[in-house]
Amino acid sequence: MPQVSFILNGEWVSVEVEPCETLAEVLRNKLGLTGTKIGCEEGECGACTVIVDGKAVTSCIYPAMKVEGARVETIEGLSKGGQLHPIQQAFIEHFAAQCGYCTPGFIMSAKALLDKNPHPSEEEIKEAIAGNLCRCTGYYQIIEAIKAAAEKL
Amino acid sequence: MVEEYLFPSSVGEALDCLEKYGGEARIIAGGTDLVLQLKRGGVEARALVDITRIPELRGIREEGDYIVVGAATTHTEVAESPLIQAKAKVLAMACKSIGSLQIRNVGTIGGNLVNAMPAADSAIALTALDAEVEVVSKEGSRWVPISRFHQGVGRCCVDATRELVRAVRFKPLCDNEGSAFKRLARRKALILPILNVGVVVGWEDGHFTRAAIAIGPVAPVPFRAKKAEDVLIGAPVSRESVEKAAWAAFEEARPRSSLLRGSAEYRKEMVQVLVRRALMEAAGI
Ligand SMILES: Cc1cc2nc3c(=O)[nH]c(=O)nc-3n(C[C@H](O)[C@H](O)[C@H](O)COP(=O)(O)OP(=O)(O)OC[C@H]3O[C@@H](n4cnc5c(N)ncnc54)[C@H](O)[C@@H]3O)c2cc1C
Ligand code: FES
Ligand code: FES
Repeated sequence: MPQVSFILNGEWVSVEVEPCETLAEVLRNKLGLTGTKIGCEEGECGACTVIVDGKAVTSCIYPAMKVEGARVETIEGLSKGGQLHPIQQAFIEHFAAQCGYCTPGFIMSAKALLDKNPHPSEEEIKEAIAGNLCRCTGYYQIIEAIKAAAEKL
Repeated sequence: MVEEYLFPSSVGEALDCLEKYGGEARIIAGGTDLVLQLKRGGVEARALVDITRIPELRGIREEGDYIVVGAATTHTEVAESPLIQAKAKVLAMACKSIGSLQIRNVGTIGGNLVNAMPAADSAIALTALDAEVEVVSKEGSRWVPISRFHQGVGRCCVDATRELVRAVRFKPLCDNEGSAFKRLARRKALILPILNVGVVVGWEDGHFTRAAIAIGPVAPVPFRAKKAEDVLIGAPVSRESVEKAAWAAFEEARPRSSLLRGSAEYRKEMVQVLVRRALMEAAGI
């Protein structure tokens, strides 16, 4: 089986993967990082969003082989020393989660946006999260949370 | 069952990989179409040949009279390119309308073409731009006009088990030319279009001298509304000419009823609306 090495949340990891395995499967089943959720498994819902070399991707349809040598960020990498990341804190304070299933994906989309564009307009926020679906919140609180996080960062 | 996943570093090496498997290996770019097709069993391959790390297949450049876009350039890269925004706006707008940011970050222009859906957004824009597609095989390379690239729903002139698309090229638009892309869909993101329209027009002394109107999905391949184009050529640049052309497009387009996309009657009516809006924007009326 081929071996893939990449930087996962700041640390090099090496893992054996099937040639056709997706990144979501490898993260969840081989590396135990179940914070990345699988919803549709078709690229349509964004629950599985992670960041690869600064770009948000849907890991459920992303071949794991592609991350050789890449920097991969998942929801598990956000909090530091028990301190929540400002985006996570803002999601709590603005009631941006109900069932929470979509939340890791939204937070990773928000992080990819804010890393590149620290002061996004509301339109830019909407565009960045248009690939993430939420059945519970109605999106308003999520947008407010991302705005608040942008102000703190 | 995929046994091997390969990263060739040049086009020549990619073609060698394909040849070695004698038709059982297939090109993969972003995988946003192919991964699902493999999972669902619609497509089979023993090896996948990933072309996204081949430098010459990535990026956008000016070469002589042309803008050349490498096949493995992502929709995000095309949509954000200042050159494409300035000289081929229809393509920037089309790529920006695809799926979601996550899909655009990974999906490529070459994959969108070879997957050959009649309303593939970038294919509609490239059809309006009269683009050419460079196909490379062991026998050599050839430039195929986009009008001869598609062969039916999901079918094109490229066999991704033995050849690959290296690039697409088209002429940049001049100051007296304009373009636009319009898309009708139930939502703004993550939804295939009910209709999409790409147009390119040019004018001199207040009269249209160039007109290309591409519409999807109203035929098995991206559709050029030739009669509507003929109405425009030589006509004054005015709202009235645009209305006449939009009517001609309405008459020649034959959309089908679709549970997903809407009734034929509705979609035919909307052809007229979208063509009119696109032409008005492109001609700056
Ligand atoms: C959730 C979702 C939403 C989507 N929304 C849209 C949309 O709104 N509009 C739209 O048009 N499309 C949409 N798509 C389809 C898809 O994202 C695009 O068609 C994309 O451009 C495909 O590119 P890719 O690089 O991912 O292709 P891949 O999946 O890697 O390949 C697709 C096909 O092309 C072949 N291929 C790829 N590159 C080459 C090459 N250079 N030479 C020869 N063969 C090649 C492969 O063998 C395969 O058969 C969507 C897909 C998903 C999953
Ligand atoms: S699980 Fe990946 S997009 Fe839905
Ligand atoms: S909080 Fe339940 S899906 Fe978003």
